Amino acid sequence: MTAPLEARAMGSSIERLDGVAKVTGTAPYAWEQPVERPAYLHPVQSTIALGRVTGIDTSAAEALDGVIAVLTRHNALRLEDTSDGELAILQDDAVGFRGQFIGGVIAETPETAREAAALVTVTYDQEAHDARLSADRDDLDAPDQVNAGFPTDTVQGDPDAALAGAAVVIDRTYTTPAEHNNPMEPHTTVAQWTDNGLVLYDSTQGVHQVRRALAPVFGLPIERIHVTSPHVGGGFGSKGLPHSHVILVAMAAQLSGGRPVKLALTRQQLFSVAGYRTPTIQRVRLGADREGRLTAIVHDVVEQTSKIKEFAEQTAVPTRMMYAAENRRTTHRLARLDVPVPSWMRAPGECPGMFGPEVAMDELAEACGVDPIEVRVRNEPHIDPESGRPFANRHLVACLREGARRFGWEQRDHRPRVRLDGDWLAGTGVASSTYPARSQPGSVARIRFADGLFNVSIGAADLGTGTWTVLTQVAADALGVGVGDVRLEIGDTALPKASIAGGSTGLASWGTAIAEAGETFLTKYGTEPEDGDELEAAAPKNPAADEYAMHSFGAQFAEVKVHRFTGEIRVSRMLGVFSAGRIVNPRTARSQFLGGMTMGLGMALHEHSVMDPRFGIIVNHDFAEYHIPANADVLDMDAIWLDEVDEHAGPLGARGIGEIGIVGAAAAIANAAYHATGVRVRDLPLTPDKFL
Amino acid sequence: MKPFDYRRAVAPESAIADVAGNPEAAYLAGGTNLVDHMKLGIAEPRLLVDITSLPLDEVAETQDGGVSIGANVRNSDLAAHPLIRSRYPVLSQALLSGASGQLRNLATTGGNLLQRTRCVYFQDVTTPCNKRAPGSGCSALEGYSRYHAILGASDDCIAVHPSDIAVALAALDATVVVQGPSGERSMALTDLHRLPDSRPDLDTVLEHGDLITAVRLPGLPWAERSAYRKVRDRASYAFALVSVAGAVELEDDGGAPGEVPVIRQVRIALGGVAHKPWRATLAEETLRGVQATHENFRAAADAELERAAPVGDNAFKVPMVRNTMISVLHELTREYS
Ligand SMILES: Cc1cc2nc3c(=O)[nH]c(=O)nc-3n(C[C@H](O)[C@H](O)[C@H](O)COP(=O)(O)OP(=O)(O)OC[C@H]3O[C@@H](n4cnc5c(N)ncnc54)[C@H](O)[C@@H]3O)c2cc1C
Ligand code: SF4
Repeated sequence: MTAPLEARAMGSSIERLDGVAKVTGTAPYAWEQPVERPAYLHPVQSTIALGRVTGIDTSAAEALDGVIAVLTRHNALRLEDTSDGELAILQDDAVGFRGQFIGGVIAETPETAREAAALVTVTYDQEAHDARLSADRDDLDAPDQVNAGFPTDTVQGDPDAALAGAAVVIDRTYTTPAEHNNPMEPHTTVAQWTDNGLVLYDSTQGVHQVRRALAPVFGLPIERIHVTSPHVGGGFGSKGLPHSHVILVAMAAQLSGGRPVKLALTRQQLFSVAGYRTPTIQRVRLGADREGRLTAIVHDVVEQTSKIKEFAEQTAVPTRMMYAAENRRTTHRLARLDVPVPSWMRAPGECPGMFGPEVAMDELAEACGVDPIEVRVRNEPHIDPESGRPFANRHLVACLREGARRFGWEQRDHRPRVRLDGDWLAGTGVASSTYPARSQPGSVARIRFADGLFNVSIGAADLGTGTWTVLTQVAADALGVGVGDVRLEIGDTALPKASIAGGSTGLASWGTAIAEAGETFLTKYGTEPEDGDELEAAAPKNPAADEYAMHSFGAQFAEVKVHRFTGEIRVSRMLGVFSAGRIVNPRTARSQFLGGMTMGLGMALHEHSVMDPRFGIIVNHDFAEYHIPANADVLDMDAIWLDEVDEHAGPLGARGIGEIGIVGAAAAIANAAYHATGVRVRDLPLTPDKFL
Repeated sequence: MKPFDYRRAVAPESAIADVAGNPEAAYLAGGTNLVDHMKLGIAEPRLLVDITSLPLDEVAETQDGGVSIGANVRNSDLAAHPLIRSRYPVLSQALLSGASGQLRNLATTGGNLLQRTRCVYFQDVTTPCNKRAPGSGCSALEGYSRYHAILGASDDCIAVHPSDIAVALAALDATVVVQGPSGERSMALTDLHRLPDSRPDLDTVLEHGDLITAVRLPGLPWAERSAYRKVRDRASYAFALVSVAGAVELEDDGGAPGEVPVIRQVRIALGGVAHKPWRATLAEETLRGVQATHENFRAAADAELERAAPVGDNAFKVPMVRNTMISVLHELTREYS
């Protein structure tokens, strides 16, 4: 096992090393990568949700000046492996959702490609599609497992009997809508086929994952796919694994006469092809004694997947470890629909799955006349209720208490609808937050001493999160040198393999590899290495992962104002307190937490992908209609953390922080809105009409 | 986007001739709506006549004590203009509540009035829409209608007009000056936009080639007591769910001390409720000559909303308009009531 690092560079708020390049526009994102004579692709998308393409007339498009080729299933590359229904585009005439790629135009300019794509006429044999999610469907079905490999259902004790005998029962249904990851940087890929195989400049959360996913699809050995992605303008899970646009642009690059082909999805296109968070319908039942001690928790989730590829969000999984209760059941059921393929979106599982239960806990607190913080404290488990393992570091109560102190919770009058500030009803709310502390083994770091610098390379990703900066800090401490003595390289498959930037595992996984490499390097070459000294080392598995339940925790506090006449709602104050192990760079960490909380604010008040089931499309598919918070919505927001080092979390003592900031935020806001208005809204988002 | 020609207009007359003579020509002002529509395939002009160099960018006092606003005056400039801020706060507030800073820097007065609905089906050429493709049907009627009309809609279209400033201008009795192939005319702003009836494809009464050259505000000293209240889904940068533009003049004497004053004149216009900025004439009638009390405000709102016909997702707009109207009236008469 790698020895714990001594923190010297770690813990300091150094500025982003890539900051100047970014604000001066010189950091090359995928679209800006210099390539020779690029051609441009514009996709053709299906306008039906289910059926067959009976004809594609490309003549008008081909006749347009500047069009290089029109891609359809008739000239598309045959894929070796079509088992992934999302990636297997243009292989036959079937249409599985509206907006699916059925072709594309390659042209000299993006404008020409777009115009020519509009000239392609398609005829269909349309079948009746089904895009309506409801909990009453009689064809809901249990997947074999849910995302991240968790079991679909769990049961402990006899929850039904416990509910029947409980002094207090909360039985409510909560819903969260579909939401779309909307990173600032569009989903962009530049593809070129060369003698060495396929070269991709991609906006991705993991270059190595892209090539591993694509190699079997194209039937290529892994070394014949080269992926470069030094800077990514946000991903939130939607750039975790390649979506079908990467296949489309690679197909197009086969028809361009060897020229590189560029594709950046438009905002509208993103809404059908780049993944999204499934809507969820969550029935939560809590049984408790009169003091609010839980005897039973039941969390039954209904959500959707696309028929062409299964994705089952692990929505009820956090309920399995969050609070103590003798009797517990969690279930997931899927409606299989003719809709775009859902996928990962910041904190899949925890984010929607902590909404229902954390509002239910507020309802329980009220029913029992107990402070909402107290009710959580009373249900604090001593060991992980699911695995029976001890928690590595469970500091939920400390987060709640510290937050209560700073937020001024003690003075809270628990009665709803009794505070008026001008015409605004005011209230406060709290919710717990949690996220698993995973790290992935197998990442490899290379260290080479050259030009007086320690060159550290690893094929990791920076989604705007700060990877460039924090890995440099980790490397400095791993080698016992200054940050200025390290030169980091990330974001390329030419560099040693790295796990994905996902599941908040990046820092711990890559950092462990760097720590291991640093330790080995110092052992082998000492502190005065010679030019050319070089080695690679892989991150060992963290043995604590098998002994402990490893999770981060947090407490979210919100103060909300609701206009008593118009129903407008504002989050006037928000505080997040997190326990996430060592914070390697307070500056970039704070930005991650605040970003997560802001996205949680958006989830609470704004985000809602409106599916029109008659067409099978998200109708509000642009930024004028799909709302995320504007600056004016984000008022007084702060994030702090407990000062801690997690001795079980590997040599860095750090757990990931990319996702926990969003978890619980929406519930805290909904609870505060209830406290302000006396109106319990159980369906997100909390729009003004719900408070009239 | 279809290929198109671009011409920079040098004089109104030639610009009008260029557009009037070519059914596929369009005026280009700030382009913040038209260019989006060209990208989305909603508008496919073959010739753009850029009018932003025409000398239509003055804000000037008129002889009757009013203000004349050139059609090319940018939304941000108009909002900041001292004459507008001091005499017509309702208009300045409406301007600042619209879009974002960047958009307001580009958007013009004329273009803002002629922007088209944000109905999501209108903006998606793959769905039926009578306004975009006459006769294809109205997808909103049984679809996503949260933002749609509760007043004056038809079975063919329930879209709303999205402009904020049009609502303020409707309340202020603004007139629109239009120059067409056959000369200049002017009309009340409330007559510019139409109700959809069976021709939702027509947003306004303008003919192809008509150029808006100016908007005139009458002298209205009591409009200093005016306000624009926009209710939306987020704090900024969102179209109105509903909005209320109001101006109130109270009787001078204000009644005996301690007595509730009487309303002499009142202007109310509503946004987010109809295919046009909706002048709330029934509410105004109810309020004229009565005391500025909550009950009277409510009676006025009820009078206006009696004809409201929500379609599904938008039933909330009825209480929302009522409450917002009452709230604005309270605000405008606060020191008295
Ligand atoms: C994301 C977003 C959010 C927005 N939010 C709001 C909002 O909250 N409230 C709001 O009110 N608006 C909002 N807008 C709309 C914005 O105000 C309009 O796009 C803008 O005012 C249009 O003005 P323009 O000068 O850019 O018009 P253009 O796009 O150039 O033109 C619009 C139309 O008017 C015609 N036209 C322009 N000038 C004349 C003239 N003088 N005579 C005859 N015809 C003319 C053009 O041919 C075209 O058909 C928003 C827009 C966007 C993109
Ligand atoms: S409401 Fe009007 S604009 Fe919207 S779909 Fe119907 S016809 Fe088209």
